[in-house]
Amino acid sequence: MDATVAVNGLRKRFGTTPALDGMTFTVGPGTVTGFVGPNGAGKSTTMRIVVGLDRPDAGSALVGGVAYRTLRRPLTHVGALLDASALQPSRTGRHHLLWLAQSQGLGARRVDEVLDQVGLGPAARRRAGGYSLGMRQRLGIAAALLGDPPILLFDEPFNGLDPEGIVWIRGLLRSLADEGRAVLVSSHLMSELQDVAGHVVVAGRGRVVADRDVEDLIAAASDGRVGVRTAAREDAMEALARAGATVTVTGPDTLTVSGLPGAGTVAVLTAAGVPFAEVSAHRATLEEAYMELTRESVEFR
Amino acid sequence: MIALLRSEWTKFRTVRGWIAGSIVAILLTAGVGLLGAAGSVRSCEGPQGDVCPEIPIGPGGQAVTDRFSFYHRALPADGSITARVTGVSGVITYPPPGHDRIVPGVVPWAKVGVMVKRDLTQGSAYTAVMVTGDHGTRVQDDFVNDLAAGRDPWVRLSRKGDVLTGATSPDGKSWRVVASTRMAGPAVVGLFAASPCDVTLSQGSLGGIVGACRLTNVTGRFENVSVEGATGSWTHDDIGGEPGAPSLSVGSARDWGTAVQLTGSGDVAPAGIEGGAVIERTLSGATIGLIAVIVVAVLFVTAEYRRGLIGSTLAATPGRTGVLPAKAAVVAAVTFAGGLVAAAVAVPVGLRLMRDRNNAVAPVGTLTEVRVIVGTAALLAVTAVLALAMGAIFRRSAAAVVATIVLVLLPQLLATASVIPAAAAEWLLRVTPAAGFAIQQSIPMYPQVEDYSVPALGYYPLPPWGGFAVSFLYAAAALGAAIVLLRRRDA
Repeated sequence: MDATVAVNGLRKRFGTTPALDGMTFTVGPGTVTGFVGPNGAGKSTTMRIVVGLDRPDAGSALVGGVAYRTLRRPLTHVGALLDASALQPSRTGRHHLLWLAQSQGLGARRVDEVLDQVGLGPAARRRAGGYSLGMRQRLGIAAALLGDPPILLFDEPFNGLDPEGIVWIRGLLRSLADEGRAVLVSSHLMSELQDVAGHVVVAGRGRVVADRDVEDLIAAASDGRVGVRTAAREDAMEALARAGATVTVTGPDTLTVSGLPGAGTVAVLTAAGVPFAEVSAHRATLEEAYMELTRESVEFR
Repeated sequence: MIALLRSEWTKFRTVRGWIAGSIVAILLTAGVGLLGAAGSVRSCEGPQGDVCPEIPIGPGGQAVTDRFSFYHRALPADGSITARVTGVSGVITYPPPGHDRIVPGVVPWAKVGVMVKRDLTQGSAYTAVMVTGDHGTRVQDDFVNDLAAGRDPWVRLSRKGDVLTGATSPDGKSWRVVASTRMAGPAVVGLFAASPCDVTLSQGSLGGIVGACRLTNVTGRFENVSVEGATGSWTHDDIGGEPGAPSLSVGSARDWGTAVQLTGSGDVAPAGIEGGAVIERTLSGATIGLIAVIVVAVLFVTAEYRRGLIGSTLAATPGRTGVLPAKAAVVAAVTFAGGLVAAAVAVPVGLRLMRDRNNAVAPVGTLTEVRVIVGTAALLAVTAVLALAMGAIFRRSAAAVVATIVLVLLPQLLATASVIPAAAAEWLLRVTPAAGFAIQQSIPMYPQVEDYSVPALGYYPLPPWGGFAVSFLYAAAALGAAIVLLRRRDA
């Protein structure tokens, strides 16, 4: 099975509320694809359709070229973390993984392997109802890894993780992609995907708003802007504005200048006798790029 | 499918509450009946001290009624008896509607005719050809066997070797053989008369069924009486007669040679509810244990919906069709095993407790006892599957539990607590899944006995496996519907 997910023209309504409106994108192997969008953009519904939980009104979702519902032992093809809180609280974490493993013809040894892999070994024989949100995320990730699948889907895996956990999961996502797997990670916070995602699919109102490599996206958002660090912020703003630039305050001693190249900025500040510590080409964060892209599609409720 | 079964079994056994619920079901099923058995004491204080009368047991092992008026001679070997029944009359005491007078009349199952009986002890083997009050001429033997034989007045029993042949005739010339039975060795031959009490059932004003059994007798007139092969003289006996019995129940015979007039009361038939406590009384806890079974079976599926776990289950089994059958198999196996343990303890231990406390227990064969025990376990298992299917259809615990109880336990309760008319009760026990409780009925209902044949007294309108089949079909249909819905609906 090739490690791809192909989502094509998905439409889905829940009652009168449209959830998906022609969602189309593909996820390729060897990279982490971020799936970003505000709450209600249709990310979870898309993932549920990919693993056959919901039926689309129109369109198709294929994993490795086939429909998920036709797979035998599906967890060896696609691993998914959709809802980390979906647990029987009185069952231990290990038993939760054991029944999943048995449904795929896998044994208890594989359960212990993935428990160690996600660092839940010591808590494995405790009731899952007592797990913290972070531990539940780890258990859900363990469940996704159980069948060693070439395709992985994670819905909001960063939720509830402490900083240490976030560092861990970023490393895990990168290493899974490096092994050649297709990894789709949804998040409503673009910043969580910074330095992890090689590709992003931005969703809004049930369809794809942007589908780009992360490098391109950041470059586009950074376009022609210059960052200035100066102790004399007021003076710098006045001088630069007089020279025709647009100036935005981004911090107590930082400004972002557009409409004036880096060299021009240095010349203006020098001429005006304003001291500055740094002038650099501004590199947008993924967050900024995302905010720009989704400005129109955010639904305010 | 094996993988799915293992997976669902792991799911079941790893939730402590479900295991605990299953144990509670076992304890309730066995415990309630045992408590009842330990608490029922029979005492028969009388002039002879605390001695309860023995209930006669027929050749087939059943408790029987064997009380009748017998005018007889000895029959050492081959021989025959022939007679023409020329008149049947009788007395019914205090019949409906007023229950205020003693009137002439014959109850439908009053019997007069000829009989060959092993000996004069109650419960011994016999064959008889008789004219009844309202059911024509019949051949009956050994209490449980009953054959209709038209309306001829002439009756004959003849024995050659060990074969007894019953025959009837319209005119005493052309004879029609109705049945043959076997009885070797010395026996007794003669005329008999029996008239069972007049059974009336009425709805009590405060609910409940009021049954009454009022004394009757019958007088048969026989002409053309002839006997071959008999020895000794004619003797009259009230078989099973008790000293101090009411005069109407005391039998008598008047003999004019070939004409005889014989009066008698009582019955020669399987015992009804007078035959002693029925063995299923020790399993009265099954209805309460069933509540625990239903709750566990419902939760086994609704808990997944409540926690969102159904998504994991269906993602692991996207074909979906096998999920509910696997769950049903696990829940049915667990319930059957638990029910079997409960019933296999409750019945023998409960019977022992009852007998130790002087209670008469209606004897049943081993096969019947096994059927009651295994059938109870199977009924619990089938109901568990129905509950599981309800859980999958409703996807909510409370709704599914209530629906299953309304379907299974409510009809059973209404029908057996005699709060509704008997006809309605019988209808409920035919068309609802409560029909399956018939599997517990150990004493069959005999058509030749006018008994309190109402559900309130433990008689089900359907035969044991027929009733069970109704419950089974309900469970199968509900499971089928649940499978279709699971495939169609979004998880």
